[in-house]
Amino acid sequence: MLSIIQQSKFLKFMIVMLTCIALIFSAGLSVSVGVADIHLLTVWNAVFHFNDNLSSHQVIQELRMPRVFAAAMTGAFLAVSGAVMQGLTRNPLASPSIMGVTHGAAFALVLVMVFYPAVSNFGMTIASFAGAGVAVAMIFTIGSFSRGGLTPVKLTLAGVAIGTLLSSLSSVMALHFQLEKQLGFWMAGGLAGTDWTSNQVLLISGIIGFIIALMIAKSMTVLNLGEDVAVGLGQNNKVIKIMGILTVLLLTGAAVSVAGAIGFIGLIIPHVTRFIMGTDYRWIIPVSALFGALLLVLSDVVSRLVNAPYETPVGAITSLIGVPFFLYLARGRSGGDNK
Amino acid sequence: MTRMNNKTGRFTGVMMLLILLIIVMFFMALRTGVINITPLDVIRTLLGSGTDRQELVLFEFRLPRIILALLIGTGLAVSGAILQSITQNDLAEPGILGINTGAGFAVVLFIFFLQDSIGDVFSVLVMPLFALMGALLAALMIYVLAWKKGVSPIRLVLVGIGVNAGFSAALVILQLKMNPQDFRQVTVWLSGDIWSANWTFVLALLPWILILIPYALQKSNTLNVLNLGDDIAGGLGTKVEGDRRILLTIAVALAGASVAAGGAIAFLGLVVPHIVRRIIGPLHQYTIPISALMGGLLLMVSDTIGKNLLTPLEIPVGIVVAIISTPYFIYLLIKEK
Repeated sequence: MLSIIQQSKFLKFMIVMLTCIALIFSAGLSVSVGVADIHLLTVWNAVFHFNDNLSSHQVIQELRMPRVFAAAMTGAFLAVSGAVMQGLTRNPLASPSIMGVTHGAAFALVLVMVFYPAVSNFGMTIASFAGAGVAVAMIFTIGSFSRGGLTPVKLTLAGVAIGTLLSSLSSVMALHFQLEKQLGFWMAGGLAGTDWTSNQVLLISGIIGFIIALMIAKSMTVLNLGEDVAVGLGQNNKVIKIMGILTVLLLTGAAVSVAGAIGFIGLIIPHVTRFIMGTDYRWIIPVSALFGALLLVLSDVVSRLVNAPYETPVGAITSLIGVPFFLYLARGRSGGDNK
Repeated sequence: MTRMNNKTGRFTGVMMLLILLIIVMFFMALRTGVINITPLDVIRTLLGSGTDRQELVLFEFRLPRIILALLIGTGLAVSGAILQSITQNDLAEPGILGINTGAGFAVVLFIFFLQDSIGDVFSVLVMPLFALMGALLAALMIYVLAWKKGVSPIRLVLVGIGVNAGFSAALVILQLKMNPQDFRQVTVWLSGDIWSANWTFVLALLPWILILIPYALQKSNTLNVLNLGDDIAGGLGTKVEGDRRILLTIAVALAGASVAAGGAIAFLGLVVPHIVRRIIGPLHQYTIPISALMGGLLLMVSDTIGKNLLTPLEIPVGIVVAIISTPYFIYLLIKEK
């Protein structure tokens, strides 16, 4: 079944179309469901015939719409970063967080909370972005300065090492200054409190990140045949890697600074996409984005409904929805071990 | 032939150095703590002529904890070394077989449903059993789900990712329904801590280490071959599937027993085998004993530091492991050709 899809362009387009439709519907659902249920017709009117005097229209415009957009973009960004990470390192266990982005951001946040507690929301976004950037730069420097050059293995290991070091330092500081709870809350991730400003941050870095990701998509497909093959075909792997790392920094950095550390999507969605779509990154990247967006929007709805009026951490919901599907696909892979 | 001898010489050197370091750090760990005991008094007490108070502190509190740290570190490091070879994946560590999340989930279930009806004293002894059961069940589940006319490394890793994610999600959701005190207990357990160390735990863990590590060492040639990939290993006449199952069982049992006694100590099982391989090369005859010693040393030192650095606050030992080992690991990465 899966191999038929992988060979037919028409079926691939169908999947993309179906995912888009599902995404639009779940976005509508997400806007209408909440503490106060709002009819889908009202949602339609609030978008296209906005009326300042209706409180339901204001709830939609100021609270729910930014949240849906943020959810869709965050999910898409994490999934694409994951796909790029797995492509660059050729390691199925790689996820965006092993580039140190998440832990760098968390470390910067703890620093800010300790030394400048009165910081605004926007300041926190900037801080976490800066932290992510510094962590990535450190990993990249280690890789480049080492004698053997920037091999995928080294990139992966340096990423894990720096990430673990930073997260341990954050934990010690959080323990010492009694910030464990805030840090834990942030690490669990969530979309409550996203506004239009966060969407601007997401949109700007998202557009740049996506363009780069699509530019290197073809080269990543070649890179997955092996580093030597890629060099033989005249490809400059170093440039590809730098661009890939930049994409991960932009996309994950933005996602993490807005929604905290939502795990799982960046690890699982690229696999799911690869199981269905095959190994061509020109398909994997856009379709990962769609799947990631769909999963996070749906999970966000569920997370608000399960234990209302409290929100369940959205990361846990993404896993619960995604795992059975993922296991089914992982088992169904037709025998071959194309590592 | 001379190269061979060089390797053996280097191996013996590293072994001797590690054993020496373990002895030195062992005494350092014994004497440091809230109650300071001078080195002379430590020796006097060990020989049986210390005061009652010194005997109590050393024999009932410090000694079991230090020995437990040594054993846990040993178990996790060897388990990691085996798993990285079997899965042929650099990011593999005992956690990918669901050991941490499985044990964690069992512990959460236990605290949530049973602890109140059992009572505190007894639960200290029962909780590790639950953790061990959880770890073994999760590993079995991953193996069964990955089975399809044999278990390929890549499918094992993928299924491991999925099952782990599922368990940790269930864990988070259950954890949220707990009262604050239980919540704290779980959080401490999950970040890895050698809590409530006593001689019972030491005696419970010792046989696992003493039996399984020599057995793994005896299998090191098989590991060397499996590391080359399934096709080559099969071509060289290894019974790939059967051997892999035996070695997986060893790794799971070692890590499961360690995690049951010490909580989910992350990173040690990942980093120690990498460091060792960069020092001594890929042959498992060398890497297994050195990983064992280095893992034990690292955890013992980390536990002593975590216990004493910010007294009265104890830093979870997993965090100290990461802070001590990463700079050295990064140095090795940069130096490596």
